[in-house]
This record gives sequence, structure tokens and C-alpha cells, in this order.
Amino acid sequence: MLEAVLLAGFGGQGILSTGMLLSYAGMEEGLHVSWIPSYGPEMRGGTANCAVTVSDAPISSPLVTEPTTLIAMNLPSLEKYETSVRPGGLILYNASLIYRLPERQDARVLGVKANEVAESIGNIRVAANVMLGAFIEVSQAISLKSALEALTKVLPPHRHKLIPANQKALQEGARIAREAGLVNSVNH
Amino acid sequence: MERVLMKGNEAFGEGAVRAGCRHFFGYPITPQSELPHYLARRLPEVGGLYLQAESEVAAINMVYGAAAAGARVMTSSSSPGISLMQEGISYIACAELPCVVVNIMRGGPGLGNIAPSQADYFQAVKGGGHGDYRLPVLAPASIQEIIDLIVLAFDLADKYRNPVMVVGDGILGQMMEPVELGPAPEVTPPPKPWATTGTLGRKSRNVVNSLYIEPEELEKVNLRLQAKYKQVEQEEKRWEEYRADDAQVIIVAFGMVARIAKAVVDSMRMAGIPVGLIRPVTLYPFPDKPLAASASGAAKAFLVVEMNAGQMLEDVKLAVCGRKPVHFYGRTGGMVTSVAEVEGKVRDIWEGLK
Repeated sequence: MLEAVLLAGFGGQGILSTGMLLSYAGMEEGLHVSWIPSYGPEMRGGTANCAVTVSDAPISSPLVTEPTTLIAMNLPSLEKYETSVRPGGLILYNASLIYRLPERQDARVLGVKANEVAESIGNIRVAANVMLGAFIEVSQAISLKSALEALTKVLPPHRHKLIPANQKALQEGARIAREAGLVNSVNH
Repeated sequence: MERVLMKGNEAFGEGAVRAGCRHFFGYPITPQSELPHYLARRLPEVGGLYLQAESEVAAINMVYGAAAAGARVMTSSSSPGISLMQEGISYIACAELPCVVVNIMRGGPGLGNIAPSQADYFQAVKGGGHGDYRLPVLAPASIQEIIDLIVLAFDLADKYRNPVMVVGDGILGQMMEPVELGPAPEVTPPPKPWATTGTLGRKSRNVVNSLYIEPEELEKVNLRLQAKYKQVEQEEKRWEEYRADDAQVIIVAFGMVARIAKAVVDSMRMAGIPVGLIRPVTLYPFPDKPLAASASGAAKAFLVVEMNAGQMLEDVKLAVCGRKPVHFYGRTGGMVTSVAEVEGKVRDIWEGLK
């Protein structure tokens, strides 16, 4: 099993933290993980992305040039990275901000209205974790339980009051993906 | 053993604390700022001192002072900041004081950019500042190896009374991987009777100096330094070999690029092309032995891959010494070599060999 996930969106959408959550949860399951941010001079409102590799074998190159999964939180990210996704890979896009379908015909595609889901939970900032929940459900790369538990490690103590909202986000994302019936069939 | 997820820059900081470093002087610059940031919090916890200097020039001279007083001391910066420190590093090398300098390299020349690079290889291994001096240079390729090599860096600095440089590229500084910290290593810095900490009853004063007006005297200093570097070259060469035994094409790469090369080795082996990797862990002293052995053995060609225009390439050519062709592939300006690019280059070389 090797999942090379590219998470991309605006700065401030929680992209880097969500990538870290995936990494931490994978590590806690005993998997090999790596996390690399794009560390350009961008601030809130600019583009932000990070690449997370989760694998049951040691990771030689942690760089992700051909992701098995793209999680696109906004249209510029989908436009920039859609072509890089590995054939047969997965594109999860934030349907709250992206009003077109991905053009790739050789990838599995799922749109999740992450912003609306996050707003219904009461915190727009958990949108990226809605997408992560969907990713976990589709890929089965790690268990949802690990991600739920890793929140206590990734969020600093003074943010622990946000754990319930983030847990709900992960669970809702997983539920949406499950009901969409998109089953992973590659890379396993 | 418990694993923690750590950023490369933080690992440099934690590794230094575990190595007994209690003094850090630095100045922020991307992509290494998390290192001073980490130590600003961490050093006071262990009774150490963190100080943000007013410039890189000031920082390296504070390192000079602390090293003269016998402290385990470190500074860190990124390419342009390391250039500013070169005068001080030359002074410290001449004064024969131990310290550790970390360079998280970024795109150059000039102010360049903050993207990952290996373009400071020449500067690191060939001296950097003025005068005939050398620094042992270590190049970790994973976050775990950072933790391990930073301890070695301090030990080598004390053993040889010489600055030691540890280099990584921006990716290594910024990425996170799990590390096993394990119990802190046993740290026993050697006694430093030369330290300028007062005469303590001695009749003569300790003097730390890099000014020798008389050429006869300065030549003696130089000869002593050269004898020391000779010992470093005899005793401190370190490298990793990966599937290199029967390889007909040997990739030579250090740091993060060696990780990319490892992926290429695996994919090429799957395709039936016998490729291996030799990864220098010490860039100075350069591990010429395994390269020379391969050049006289199974290897039919070498491929040096770097994130620069071909700097380590010169050391590889010296080691191979014309026995086999040495090819090069590199990206510059902060561009990162991809697995596919290196695979393409290996295929070209392999076709040429047939």
C-alpha cells in the first residue's frame, strides 16, 4: 500500500494541519509516513499545499510529483494539479468552491461540499478534515479511528476544545463518501 | 520505542540539545527559521542560552566567543546567511575551536529564493572563507539521520577542535517524518584545557588567536592544520551503499537527492537494469574509496545527481579517476530533480553501454 496524497487549497483552509493529521494517524498505525509542505512566501489567501505519503514500506522519495490522490480545496488547485494525478488515481474536490467537474476521465472523482458541511458543524475551518474523512473512507489507507484519536496529538492543548468539531468533520466526510459508493480499486 | 513526527529543522535543534549543546546564536532566514524557533523555546528548558543576534556576522562571532570558552555551541542559517558567516568560520578554523554550523541550503546565487538547493557544496567542502582550511561536512538524508549525525558533528568538532558543518536542503528542513528519539546519548565532551575560562591557578594565560604576523609562525599553524585534515581524511569518511554490489550504473547523490535516487534504483532494478547508489554521508572528507572500488569493479558508468550545476561531480571524477565515464544530471535555482527525470537519464546511459 502506498498513498501519495497532494492536499491543495488556499492558505488558511487548514491544508497543512489536515496533512499533518493524516501523517500522525498513519504513524500511530505503524506505517511509514512523510509530510512535505510547499513553503513559499504565501500567507492566508495565497495557495498552500502539502504532500503526504503513507506506505507500509519505507519511503525512498518523499516527494510527490504524481499523486495517487489529489484533494483540491479550491479551483486554482484543481486546475494546477489535476493533470499530475496518477492514472486510476483519485480526485476529491471541494464542491462548495469548485463548480465544474474534473476533466480527467481516467481518475475516480468525488465532489464533497466541504464548506457547507463544515458550516453545518459550526466551524468553517474544519472543511479540510471533511475531505480527509472522505479520503480515508474511499482509500482505507488508515482507519478513521486513528485519525479521530490523532487529533489530540496534532492540535495543541489550547485548541483541544475544537476536537469535537474536527471529529464530526471527519465522520461526516466519511459518511458522505460511503453513501456516494466510491470504492477504491487501485494501489492495494 | 515511541515515534514522534518531527520537522527536519526541529530535529536539528533537538539533536543538538541531546548532543549537549547549550548555546545557540543565530539569525532567522527561510527555510531554516524553525530551527532557531525551536531552540528559543527548548534551550531555556535545559538551562541553555538562545540568543538572536543582530546579524549573521554577529552570530558567528558570538559562536567564536562561546567556543573559546569551551561551550558546545551551534549556529544555523541558510545560504546567503552562511556566506555572511564565512569570515568568522575561517577565524574559528584558524583558532582551532569546535563548533557546529548548520546550512539549510536554498536557491542561489545571490539572494536567490527559498526553494531547496544543494548549490553550496563547493562553499561547504572546499573551505568557504579565505585561507587554507577545511570543515568536516555531514549530509543527512532523513529526519532520523539528522538526530544521529548532529551528535557526531559535535563529537568531531571537539575531537579535531574544528568547526563542523551539517548541510541539508530546504526540503529536509521543512519536511516531517517519524523519528525514534530513544534514550539521550551519553555525552562526554573531552576536557578543554585550552578554553579561556580564567587561569584557575595556572601561571600562563590561555590565548585564542587567529593573527600570526610572522610568516614562519603562520606556516607552522598551517602545517598543523593540514596534518589535522589528513587525519580527518584517514579516519572520518562515511557513506551508505544501496544495491551497489553488482550495479553496472552507480548513482552518486547526497542528502534529499539520494532519497530520489533510491526510488530510481528500485524502479530500474524492477525494469532489469542493474543500478545502485553510493551516498556520501561525509562530503568532506569525501568517501572516494567505494567509488574507486566500484570503478575498478562491476560499475560501467557513474551518474552524479545534484541540485546544482555539478559540484560534487568534481570529487566523484577525482575518485573515479578516468577509469569509467562519469555522467551528470542536475537541476538548479531551487528546482527539484524528479524520479522520472533521473530514470530517463539512467535509461540513456544504459542504452549507451549496450
